[in-house]
Amino acid sequence: MENAMLIDSGSSGAHAKIGITLTINGEKREIEVAPWTTLLDLLRERLDLTGTKKGCDHGQCGACTVLVNGTRINSCLALAVMKDGAEITTVEGLAGMAQRQGTNTLHPIQEAFVEHDAFQCGYCTPGQLCSSVGLMNEGHAKTREEIREAMSGNICRCGAYTNIIDAIEDVMQGAAR
Amino acid sequence: MATQISPASGRDKFVGSAQNRVDGPAKVTGLAKYAGEFTSENLAHGYVVSSAITKGRITAIDSAAAEAVPGVLKVITHENRPSVAGEAEAYQDMVAPPGAPFRALYDETIAFSGQPVALVVAEDFDTARHAASLVKVSYEAQTPHTDIAALQDQSYDPPEKRGGIKTPPKPWGDASAAFDGAPIKVSEQYRIAHEHHNPMEPHASTVVVEDDGTYTVYDKIQGVANTQMYLTNAFGLKPEQVRCLNPYLGGGFGCGLRPQYQLFLAMLAAQDLGRSVRVVLTRDQMWSFTYRPGAIQTVSLGAEKNGVLQSLKHDALHGTSQFEDYQENVVNWSGILYRCDNVELTYRLSKLDTATPGDMRAPGAVTGMFALETAMDELAYATRIDPIQLRITNYTDTDPVEEKPYGSKALKDCFVQGAERFGWAKRTPEPRSMRDGKELVGWGMACGIWEALMMESSAKVTLTADGRLEVGNSTGDIGTGTYTILTQIAADALGLPMDHVTTKLGDTDLAKAPVAGGSWTAASSGTAVMKACRNVAEQAFKLARGLEGSPLANVDFDRIVFSKGRIEAAGDPSRGVALTDVLKASGQDRIEATETANPDKDFAKKYEAYTHSAVFAEVKIDEDLGIVRVTRIVSAIAAGKILNTKTARSQIMGAVVMGIGSALHEESMLDHRLGRFMNRNLGEYHVPSNADIHDIDVIFVEEEDKANPLGVKGVGEIGIVGTAAAISNAVFHATGKRIRDLPITVDKILAA
Repeated sequence: MENAMLIDSGSSGAHAKIGITLTINGEKREIEVAPWTTLLDLLRERLDLTGTKKGCDHGQCGACTVLVNGTRINSCLALAVMKDGAEITTVEGLAGMAQRQGTNTLHPIQEAFVEHDAFQCGYCTPGQLCSSVGLMNEGHAKTREEIREAMSGNICRCGAYTNIIDAIEDVMQGAAR
Repeated sequence: MATQISPASGRDKFVGSAQNRVDGPAKVTGLAKYAGEFTSENLAHGYVVSSAITKGRITAIDSAAAEAVPGVLKVITHENRPSVAGEAEAYQDMVAPPGAPFRALYDETIAFSGQPVALVVAEDFDTARHAASLVKVSYEAQTPHTDIAALQDQSYDPPEKRGGIKTPPKPWGDASAAFDGAPIKVSEQYRIAHEHHNPMEPHASTVVVEDDGTYTVYDKIQGVANTQMYLTNAFGLKPEQVRCLNPYLGGGFGCGLRPQYQLFLAMLAAQDLGRSVRVVLTRDQMWSFTYRPGAIQTVSLGAEKNGVLQSLKHDALHGTSQFEDYQENVVNWSGILYRCDNVELTYRLSKLDTATPGDMRAPGAVTGMFALETAMDELAYATRIDPIQLRITNYTDTDPVEEKPYGSKALKDCFVQGAERFGWAKRTPEPRSMRDGKELVGWGMACGIWEALMMESSAKVTLTADGRLEVGNSTGDIGTGTYTILTQIAADALGLPMDHVTTKLGDTDLAKAPVAGGSWTAASSGTAVMKACRNVAEQAFKLARGLEGSPLANVDFDRIVFSKGRIEAAGDPSRGVALTDVLKASGQDRIEATETANPDKDFAKKYEAYTHSAVFAEVKIDEDLGIVRVTRIVSAIAAGKILNTKTARSQIMGAVVMGIGSALHEESMLDHRLGRFMNRNLGEYHVPSNADIHDIDVIFVEEEDKANPLGVKGVGEIGIVGTAAAISNAVFHATGKRIRDLPITVDKILAA
């Protein structure tokens, strides 16, 4: 897709900005963004989608995990302009995803996290949730050990790990039924 | 053993059961907002420039290039900052240790690595970050001293003691002579590394300038009352000018107890520029303030051949900053967990060129109990007595220091139930005697102990005409489940479903409560809510009894129950009236009450209050690779009444995970030539990840305690205490290698 170079006349100065189109949680949005702005900062700072968290800004903690075309990524390691044309799902969109699939008001993984107490402070939770959905989309992890390994990019300092695995297993078994 | 939470309540319906977090839906949908996520019109963004040296002074700051970047509003340094309080005392917060707190941008002095030297404020985050990289700071550096081992001979007994922290008791008996004469001796040095809390949410503050000139401050803090006190003192403001909020905290573990420098800088910039400002620290900058101080300890145990302790000596040394004497209770646990006639406990500090260390989950107990409980395991091997039996041999139901019985101490039940769940009877005590394929298997155990505390705390409760209840105070839910347990307590007290109760926390406009820490929140805020609910219940009952033709006309308060939104005569539900009807008929739109709860002085005169645990660990070790896996933990906890078995279990599990981190992973490494922590990121500072964590089994043993009306003792800290010792003891059992220096990393296993 061709990107038009635009000059932003806003108060933050004459930075060259690039126009991109993102479908975020089902809503198509045309956005002008500086080439160095990460997808994470775009979501949090510009679009007020603060559900996606910044824990390290280095791809080391997973708090910023979102789904890009169904695949989980660290949004702190992706420049927004690299994702032009993509479908982005953040934690704010997970429930909507469930609603579009005709299920409950929350996504099953969200319900399972609440039921299994798979979080405490809640700050890593949006990343854990998106990562869980991404993991299930991948379809590689089957056993508890494999899920643990495949969820190890998402740090939970409160230590809710075993409950997180319980929640994911619960949803995977529900889906298999 | 149902402790009735109110004499007027029908029964404990929610208290004591497993309930989902009431803040769960907000947290799984991304709607829960944290301090750095609140916004306002015209919000400016601050980015901190951190010192490149550890000790010395700033000789010049060149901000020209940064200020030339379009969108930059100002670069604030010690040279151009607005006037703030001059005396250091004004910066002492509610939990400050003795000393002169760090004052950001105060002058040219540099006292620790990463100290903030400038704040770049810009229209947006990207611009502030970019411009911060252009600020040129020149320094005159001095040689820093950060190696505690090299500073041992400069240690000292802190002259001013920190409030609320027990100092070591006077020695009793003659520990040295008894040690010399004991047939069995263990005397070893134990070390733990510096650890950083690393909550997932980096520290952040958003200061909103309101139209009337007041401030609304969202701060990452474990109790907003502390933020408010700090800001009013440092900036000469009145409390009514500063409303502080923090409805959700993205992890604290102690590093959110004291206001940190991003708060000060955000307020400084907001005042200077007259507009709202947010300052968020980077992960790297999370190494520029509080940490659990690494410690060097010596434990000497002398015993009879039958395991009876004859002598116990425990000495601890840890660092503090040059400007504050941070203190924690490291050695006192050794004087109260076991009975011994000759005890000597000593505790010293050394000055380091670092930021002031601070409380980190079970401060002091994590450190001291690692040393004591590893030494006890060494004694178990030296006497060839089972580690549980050795602890029972030296058991005490009385606090030997205070000479008072424990209000409750079900530690023996922890031993029995924990051992049974773990399968301890199948353990062969000889090191290297258990295997699983090519891996060595080790089973170890240790005890944990933590104070059961309570702090003065208020709560306000309002029953409205629609039959809904709002309860709240200013303390924080730091992920512990406070929103949920207060909702449970209130719902039971007034016989309402939980979804009719709304709990509000983390706002200085609410009733005053202390910071959330020390495992005291359930006892403190819980009791306050209970008392305020009782007050509302009595008011409601009075109104109900006074109604014309009241079915409760001749019934006393102690003969009624609150159930399903009604006030009823006990045993006769037909004699009752709905709460909504009571308010309607009496023409009231609300019944409200604020109550303050305090520790029970009569109880404290007679008893000591502690939580206890027995922790059992299984490790599997591939000796060729030196990799340790903690495959099973059983943590048996005696912590009085458990209000919510689901969230309390999570508290223990999470603390166990942090204990595994302390045992195997966590170490902030200092380069002593530079005085700088080197591994300032989550790739190199290892905290447990999901693959590191296997089975964790939590047992709550029955324990009835009367320190407070709820019978709760708190569960936030106890789960981490002793966990590292249980693991290090399991590593010895597996390998025959005694590693007394945490964390137990691959290199130490291979070298031993």
